Formats: sequence, structure tokens, C-alpha cells
Amino acid sequence: MKLVIAIIQPHRLDAVRDALQGIGIQGLTVTEVRGYGRQKGHKEVYRGAEYTISFIPKLKLEVAVADERLEAVMDAIGKGAHTGKIGDGKIFVVDLAAAVRVRTGERDNDAL
Amino acid sequence: MINGADTAWLLMASALVLMMTLPALGFFYGGLVQAKNILSILFQTFAIAAIVSLLWFAFVYSEAFSGSGAWIGDLKAAFLMNIERGAAHPGTTIPESVFVMFQMTFAIITPALIIGAYVERIKFGAVLLFSSLWLVLVYAPVCHWVWGGGYFASLGVMDFAGGIVVHLTAGISAIVAAWMLGPRLGFPHSTQPPHAPWMVMVGAAFLWVGWFGFNAGSALKAGSDAGMAMLATHLAAATATCVWITIEWIKYGKPSLVGAVTGAVAGLATITPASGYVGPVGAVCLGLIGGAVCYGAVWVVKRGFKVDDALDVLGVHGVGGALGSLLVPFVALIGPGGVALARSPLAQFAVQGQAVIVVGLWSLAVTFVIIRVVKAAAGWRIGRESEIQGLDFSSHGETGYHTAG
Repeated sequence: MKLVIAIIQPHRLDAVRDALQGIGIQGLTVTEVRGYGRQKGHKEVYRGAEYTISFIPKLKLEVAVADERLEAVMDAIGKGAHTGKIGDGKIFVVDLAAAVRVRTGERDNDAL
Repeated sequence: MINGADTAWLLMASALVLMMTLPALGFFYGGLVQAKNILSILFQTFAIAAIVSLLWFAFVYSEAFSGSGAWIGDLKAAFLMNIERGAAHPGTTIPESVFVMFQMTFAIITPALIIGAYVERIKFGAVLLFSSLWLVLVYAPVCHWVWGGGYFASLGVMDFAGGIVVHLTAGISAIVAAWMLGPRLGFPHSTQPPHAPWMVMVGAAFLWVGWFGFNAGSALKAGSDAGMAMLATHLAAATATCVWITIEWIKYGKPSLVGAVTGAVAGLATITPASGYVGPVGAVCLGLIGGAVCYGAVWVVKRGFKVDDALDVLGVHGVGGALGSLLVPFVALIGPGGVALARSPLAQFAVQGQAVIVVGLWSLAVTFVIIRVVKAAAGWRIGRESEIQGLDFSSHGETGYHTAG
């Protein structure tokens, strides 16, 4: 099993969700986060004073998937989140040691 | 003779002006600070409202409005011992109780305006002591000079609703307080942007509406003066809003909400002393000038003075109030609807200028002394750790936003 962690532009969430639903992924967790990459931050001006906003709002998505579905999931997230502009985000994948569905006690791939 | 219509309007106006502090100023300033300091702003406005009210009752109303001294009132109305249920305030058709209440709401908002200078780094006890001493030693004497039959009243100074008494005193004292307190940590390079620009707009909108009570109420009766004052007030605010939108659009390519609502408040501060004397065209002219000059003043104070008057009290209120006060004799003559001057515009300008200079210097010097006293008695600035943690928790043990659960 793998845990896919994606940082995306907030306004691409609907497209990513649609893409994941399109390949039959059932669960998705979203967190509002702030950060920066190559995009750096941006400037905002209030009453003539410039403020550098170095941490800008992003969404962090977490999806747990069976190994054989990993490529399809990365592909779906990548397509949904893509605009071609700097700041589109990143996708990370880590090994997942175990999973439990709390309601039934099912384990691992059955719990996904 | 008490008049029912006049009394009804002044009751309404008193409520509107109190609304300018509770909650309008709290929102206007609260949205501009960081999220960790929102409650401290709301609390400071609320506490100042309560303390000023009691001081007003105890002796400050008497100090401002009782007696005929040139420089200070007497104590005959202390604890409102002179009040009679059925008596009108001398020279008006409203009950003494309503006059006391209406003027009290002005006394409340004026020290509360100064909050904008010292936000995010002052001790709560210092706020209370400073505001109390400032009310007694700056606001009440100036109020007496201009509105209470004192020196400038006898010279015939024109300050309809408080360009000098409210906005100039607050603006000058604010810059002194900000200078003596030192800048916020990280100023000017890493200070944080407003945490809730929408809240700034809500506050400004309440201020705009409340200002109808402030200016049109200052006619002290219902009727044509109140009507023209409300119209002038509204037009000046609308004009100055458009000025700020235009300047920012040209300068930055994007007009900002915070800029637009700041423009409205600048226009309102500028029209305040003139509101009862000008017609609609004069009001629009004053809104144009006030909007542009206050925009420049905010810029100059921030970049030029290098003093952290955090929420631009001097640039918006002090400069707006002084500017409107100086221009009254000229804008009153523009277009129909203004009042006839008692003397030539230049002679009146000389009176206005004298009042602005004397009141400005008094505010500056006395605020300086008050702060020295407050520093010694109650402390002044919070510690570095408390400032980083935010005043909400470090001073009040509360948190403005609980985001989970």
C-alpha cells in the first residue's frame, strides 16, 4: 500500500476529486495548509504598505491506495491539478505500513 | 422649552455615535491587526467606553461643559448633581440628560481612536490609565475651549462636530503614543498584513452610518441644519472613497477594499468640522481634497516619520480633522446650501488656524507628560514574549479563533 500526499492549488480541488472519482477512488482527505515552493510568496498592499506573504494557501490531499493503483492515482491527481503555471504543487508517495477500517476492523487492502 | 422632535433625533444620534465605538471602531481596527490580537482591540474599545462613561458622570462632563471659564469648566455639575428631569440644556431644546449622553458618546470614541497607534504591543493597564488621564487633561479642556463656552468658542471658531475636538486631538496624541511606545517587533519590514480585511469594511460601514449621528446630531436639534449635515457627510464619504479607489487603481493596478474603506473614513473625518456649514457641492470638494491629502499623509507618516502609528490614526483622523477645520471658511462658500460667515474667509481662517495649532500643541505636550506618568505608574509596553504570543492570550487569557472543534 502507498500513501499519496499531494499539495495542490486550492481552486483545482474539484477537478482532482472528479478525476479520482473517475477511476473509482473512494476516499480522500483534504487539509488547508500554507507553504511555498519555487513560486515563493506574493505581495499584498494595504494602505500603501507592501507585505510579503511567503506562505500562501494550498490544499494537502491524502489518499491511501493499493500498490497496483498507484500509477493511475498519481496520473489522475496530476491531470486534475495541472494548470501549467508555477505553483501547481507536488505529489509525494510514501510506503504505508498498515490500514484499519474502524467500523468493521478490516485490515490493509480490504480497508482502503 | 424641550422639543419632542429635537429630543427624539438626539436620542437616536446618541445611539448612533455609541455604535461608532461599540462595535464599529473595534471591527475597523480589529480587522487590521493580527489574528492573535483581535480580542485585545475589541476589549480596549469596550473597556474605554465603560471607564470614560463613569469619568464623564463623575466630573469630566462638568469640567467640559459647566461654568464659563476661558480654559476650563467648573465642578458644579460633578456627579451630575445639577441635573433636573424636566430641564432643557441651556441654549438647546433637548433635556440635559440627552445632552450629557450625546456628548458622552463623543468623549468615548475620542480616546478609543488613539488605540490605532498602540495596538499589538501595549499593556492593558496602561491603556486604561492613559485613556483616563487623557480624557481629563486633553479631551475635556479642548472640548471646553471649543464647545463649552471657552476661549475658542468666544473667538467664534467653527468646529461643527469635532474636527479639532475629536480628530485632531486623537491624531496628534496617537503619533506621540506610537513614538514613545516604539514600533511593533519587525516593523517595518516583517510586520504582518491585516488578518481580516472584511472586518475592516464592516467596521467602516458602521462608522459611516454612525457618523450621521455624529455630524447631523451636532446640530443639537432636528431640522434643516441636521439634514444638510447628513447630506454633506454622506457625499464627502462617498467622494473620498472614490478618490482612494482611483489612486490605488492607478498606482497598483488593483483597487483594494481596505483602501476604499479607509478613504471613506478619511472623508468622514475631513467633513466633520465642516458638516454643518457646507452645502452639497462644498462637501464633495472637501471629500476630494480630504481623500487625496489623507492618502498622502498616510504614506508620509509610514515612510517619512518611521513611527509605527500602526493603524494610521494621524494620517487619517488627525490630518483629516485638521484639514477640514482649516478649509471650513472656504468650502462653506462653494455652491448653494452653505452658511454665511460671521467675518471674511481669511479672518475666519486665522481663527481656525490658531485653534488647530494651539490644540495640536496642547495634545502633543500633555500626551507626552501623561505617558511619562503612565510609564512610571503602570508600565507601558508588554514584554517581547507576550508580544510574540499575542495580546489576546498574554493579556486576557483568551483566544479569538478556535479553528478545530
